[in-house]
Amino acid sequence: MSQPILDVDAWSRAATAHLSSDEALLAIAETDLDAARRFQPGAVALSTSRILSLQWLDRRVHVVGEWPLRDGELSLIDHAGVVSLDWRSGETLLARWELRLGLQPAAQSLVDAWHRWREGDEALSAANCRACGVEVPVGVVLCETCAEDEQPPSTLTLLRLWRFARPYRSRLLLGFVLTMLATSATLVPPYLTKPLMDKLLIPYQNGQDLDKQLVSLYMFGLLAAALVGWGLGWARTYVLARVSERIGADLRTATFEHLLNQSVSYFGSKRTGDLMARIGAETERINLFLSLHLLDFATDVLMIGMTAAVLFSINPWLALVTLLPLPVIGYLIHVVRDRLRRGFERADRIWSEVTNVLADTIPGIRVVKAFAQEGREAGRFHAANRHNLEINDRVNKVWSMFAPSVTLLTEIGLLVVWTFGIWQVSNDEITVGTLAAFIAYIGRFYTRLDSMSRIVSHTQKAAAGAKRIFDILDHQSNVPEPAQPRPLPPVQGRIQLDDVSFRYGNRQVIRRLSLDIRPGEMIGVVGHSGSGKSTLVNLVCRFHDPSEGAVRVDGIDVRELAVADYRRNIGLVLQEPFLFFGTIAENIAYGRPDAGRAEVVAAARAANAHEFIMRLPHGYDSLVGERGQSLSGGERQRISIARALLIDPRILILDEATSSVDSTTEKAIQAALDNLVRGRTTIAIAHRLSTLRKADRLVVLDRGEMVETGTHDELMARRGAYYALHQAQARQAEALLEDGVVGTGAVADGGVA
Amino acid sequence: MNVPIPFHWALMRDAAGHWCLEADGMVHARVTVARAFPISAPDDAVSVLDADGHELLWIDDLAALDEARRERIEAALASREFTPVIEAILAISSISTPSRWTVRTDRGNTELLLPGEEALQRVGGSSLLVADAAGVQYLIRDIPALDRASRKFLERFL
Repeated sequence: MSQPILDVDAWSRAATAHLSSDEALLAIAETDLDAARRFQPGAVALSTSRILSLQWLDRRVHVVGEWPLRDGELSLIDHAGVVSLDWRSGETLLARWELRLGLQPAAQSLVDAWHRWREGDEALSAANCRACGVEVPVGVVLCETCAEDEQPPSTLTLLRLWRFARPYRSRLLLGFVLTMLATSATLVPPYLTKPLMDKLLIPYQNGQDLDKQLVSLYMFGLLAAALVGWGLGWARTYVLARVSERIGADLRTATFEHLLNQSVSYFGSKRTGDLMARIGAETERINLFLSLHLLDFATDVLMIGMTAAVLFSINPWLALVTLLPLPVIGYLIHVVRDRLRRGFERADRIWSEVTNVLADTIPGIRVVKAFAQEGREAGRFHAANRHNLEINDRVNKVWSMFAPSVTLLTEIGLLVVWTFGIWQVSNDEITVGTLAAFIAYIGRFYTRLDSMSRIVSHTQKAAAGAKRIFDILDHQSNVPEPAQPRPLPPVQGRIQLDDVSFRYGNRQVIRRLSLDIRPGEMIGVVGHSGSGKSTLVNLVCRFHDPSEGAVRVDGIDVRELAVADYRRNIGLVLQEPFLFFGTIAENIAYGRPDAGRAEVVAAARAANAHEFIMRLPHGYDSLVGERGQSLSGGERQRISIARALLIDPRILILDEATSSVDSTTEKAIQAALDNLVRGRTTIAIAHRLSTLRKADRLVVLDRGEMVETGTHDELMARRGAYYALHQAQARQAEALLEDGVVGTGAVADGGVA
Repeated sequence: MNVPIPFHWALMRDAAGHWCLEADGMVHARVTVARAFPISAPDDAVSVLDADGHELLWIDDLAALDEARRERIEAALASREFTPVIEAILAISSISTPSRWTVRTDRGNTELLLPGEEALQRVGGSSLLVADAAGVQYLIRDIPALDRASRKFLERFL
């Protein structure tokens, strides 16, 4: 990269330098594309009298164009990730700047500033943080606090687990003390080697008698140390394993709860398999790390520390030689660490790929089979698996070399101690017993080093797992709970959409839509697929928040209300009703688990579901949902209507509620819906216009904009978009009749019934 | 939606052995009687449906009926229902499925073949439905109330 990236400050300074003394800078926005859409740093500056175009050329900032503000109109449009900032005078395009979507907020601020200038607003130089609204200097988009929040999380992710360990700190301390004691107990037997050699065995070899009393004393000491070590080891493992199991469970619960509070769009952008793997496998891995590997490691470190102290107290020189290989091993571990970590992270991602194939294929098995694509799916799985193997092979290549190297170093270390020890014994500097004690100590010592080296991979794996968990935990829901939610008075049901825009990724789905729905009014929303109907409903349900504008209920912005409080007032009936595994009664009472049996039955009756439920072998106790009784689409739909009826919502959303069933069933559902709609504010989306006959008002959407609104008759008389849709559907129905497709089909059913 | 509660009704058996309902002077042949909550509240609500599955009579509380009518309803239910209640599991052939269980039920001892673990379905709190390979459903009303041996067997599958 030869071009330096200029920050906003640099652009501001360059622009300010160009301004005259009575002129002030209002806003500045970076651009990053030239007219041919090649990457080229630039900026647009707005002053109190001019609009300036700046560019980075020949390592300097040049002002390449300027226009008086009085002459033009500033507007912003975006398409496919590129934002165009247009400066026109009447129909003439004077200038166009282009930038990638990432820079859009600053460009939007610029346009806003221009609007304010045009309206003669006094607060000219004020700009606000896009995220929190705090006042910031011109050209800055996010205030410091918000910008900081966007930084990636630190790599010391494992330490963040402390948040989950804190509630158990007293038990952790107990575990630590037990570990210290247990480790000390294991250090006793090698220590006894020295007197055993020097006071018993060597004198005996030199012809003295064995001191029987002393023998039994040492033997008893060895046994006692072993027993105490066993008891303490058991207690510490039990205490710490219990704690870590609880930490793991807390982590899992916290992650799942956090996940449940994410917006619907978050789930749309994530794969089920990946999320399931994170909550299941990753928390388990962290758990295992805490309960087993970290515990062992801590014990090992303690043991090494204590052993070193004992060795130095016996003979400093020999101790020094004994501990010499330690830094070498440490270095080796350090070298391999980085390569292993990257390897394990990749292996994890590939593993998610494997589970993703499963999660994609199994729910879609009917599609797979219908299109005879079993081979392709098997191939996909095969490829993911092969990929997994390749990555793991590469990781294992490094890994497999690691452990034997440690063993080799251990052997060399022992060799050094023997050599140095024999030399010292021959010089009468130490006794045979001392050498024997050293060998006994480091025999344990080095085998621990071997197992300690494994902590590297365990830590890396656990850190990778923790990072993936915290990825979820750090993700703030984009439908945030307000800090101080307003209490929601009993809802009347007035819904206002106030100049609402919504962007999904780089696509503008809803453009400046305004709509006022009276309490109890039924609104039918029609339009081609992709016209933004479902998004409109998602905004009203607050599954998303609008990018601009506001959704108000009874005059209150829904963002000021607690999400759950607000949603409690909404009944939602979807095209594909989802039934949870459980009985029919439980499914109907999903929104109000405390509802009595009589209420459940009454709701089912109103939803036209009672009779078919009574025909099932177990009535309301029949199991439905995945693994349960199979119900037809219409039956499931009526259960979901009963579910909505039972919570008695003031606001009702019907998202293509009848479009996946035949017309006989539709009649039954329609009757149920008529019961449901009565007296409630209703927004109904339907592809089939006939199902909206009861709507008070129809809204026609096209590419995110409201193109028409009015009653059926008004819209028909206007002969606009609605009329065209209506005619197209009428022609379609006729064509079906003529083709005789309907002999056993939907329309004929309707005719007979 | 109105709840069908006729002013006067009587349930009886015709010569062919089918149940019929006489309600406010109309006679409906071949009716079926069904419990609304056969597992969670068997003695609560009962419905009488005609041959097409439309509801003719809704009884809110079976226990509140007079004895003669209740006996008729119970008789009609008995001729339609078959859900043996397992009181104890005496033996199992293997801990992997399919597994043949020897059980003691309220209708006597019998054997059933459990085709897979998914044939065990929890209903409500502690009840369990056991669907055997032949399509008969057995009910365990309260798992903790089973004897120790039976619970041990069951734990292998849950």
